Amino acid sequence: MTLRDILDKLLGRQPASATTARERLQLVLAHDRTDLSPELLEQMRREILEVVAKYVEIDLDHGDVSLETEDRVTALVANLPIRRPLAVSERSIDRSGESFE
Amino acid sequence: MASISRTILICSGKGGVGKTTLTANLGIALARQGHKTVVLDADFGLRNLDLLLGLENRIVYTAQEVLAKSCRLDQALVKHKQEPNLALLPAGNPRMLEWLKPEDMQSIVGMLAKQFDTVLIDCPAGIEDGFKNAAAAAREAIVITTPEVSAVRDADRVIGLLNTQGLSPVQLVLNRVRPKMMANQEMLAVDDVTDILALPLLGLVLEDEQVIVSTNRGEPLTLSGSQSPAARAYSNIARRLQGEDVPLIDPAKEGRGLRAKVRRLMQKKIF
Repeated sequence: MTLRDILDKLLGRQPASATTARERLQLVLAHDRTDLSPELLEQMRREILEVVAKYVEIDLDHGDVSLETEDRVTALVANLPIRRPLAVSERSIDRSGESFE
Repeated sequence: MASISRTILICSGKGGVGKTTLTANLGIALARQGHKTVVLDADFGLRNLDLLLGLENRIVYTAQEVLAKSCRLDQALVKHKQEPNLALLPAGNPRMLEWLKPEDMQSIVGMLAKQFDTVLIDCPAGIEDGFKNAAAAAREAIVITTPEVSAVRDADRVIGLLNTQGLSPVQLVLNRVRPKMMANQEMLAVDDVTDILALPLLGLVLEDEQVIVSTNRGEPLTLSGSQSPAARAYSNIARRLQGEDVPLIDPAKEGRGLRAKVRRLMQKKIF
C-alpha cells in the first residue's frame, strides 16, 4: 500500500486507473490464451463442481474455479473448500463403466 | 557478402503503435553504427516506410518486380542518400496480397540476407496472412507496444503466434511512455507490461513530439543525431541489438524538482 492508496481511500477517490487496466488485462488475456469465453469457463466450472460434488460435499459459495496466468503459462486453478467427505451410500457414482481386468 | 545476417521482424498486432517509426529509426541507427542494413516494407496493403524515410519519390521498382523477376534486386533497392549503409526494399502493389505466399517472403529475405548484415522487416498490423507471410521469413522478432490495454492485448496474441512459429529471440519495445502518467499510476507501469507479456525489454521510448516533426520531414530522428528522448531511445535499442550493455532509462527518475519528488514519495510502499 502506498501513500497514494491511503489518500485515495480517505478521500473516497477511485483507485488509479493503471490498477484497473492491469486487472482487466490479466483477465482478458487468460481468456484469449486459452480460447475460452467467459460462458464456456462458467460451464466448465459448473461441470467440475458437479463432478467433485459426487465425491465430497463442497462449499459451493466459497468455491472458485478460475484461470491464472504467470509467465505466459495459464493454469486452471480450482479452490474448493471441502465441508465433509460423503458417506459411501451418499455417493452417486456410476461405476458401470469400470472394467475389472 | 555478409556471412551471418540477422533477419528481424518488427511487429505489434495493433496498428499505430510505432512499428514503422521504429523500423525507420532502427534502420538508420544500425546503418550509422556501421552495419549494412536493409529495411523491407512487408506492409503491402498500407505501405508507409518509404514516407518515413523520405524515399517516396525515389521508388522505381518494388518487391513485386523482384519476385516476378522483371527487375534485379539491386534495381529495386533504394539507397538512402545521407546514410549509404541503409537501403529500402519498397512494398509492392496491394494486389500482391492476393497471391503472396510465405515462400515468396522467404525468397526475398533470402536474397537480401546475402547482401546485408541486418534485414529489418516492417510487418503489417493484424495477425492475418500479411503477418504470417512476414513472420515466416524472419528468425528474430521485436514486438512493439504501448502501455495501453488494447495494444498489450494484441501484442500478447502476436507473441503467442511468434512462439508457435519458432522465432527467437523475441524482444519487447515499449513505446510512447509518459513518465508523469506512470508516476501517477494512470498508465500501466513498465513492469506491468513486461510481467504480462513475459518478454525481455529491448527498449523504452518516451512520448516525444519530435517523432511527429521528423515524420513530417521524412527524416528519422536518428538520422540527424538528435538528442531528443526518442532519438536516444532508438539509438540505444540499436546498440542493445548488437549486444552492447546500455542501461534502460527509469521513467520514475525522469523529471526533477519538487513535484517529481512528491510523486515519488506518494509511490513509496509503506506497508
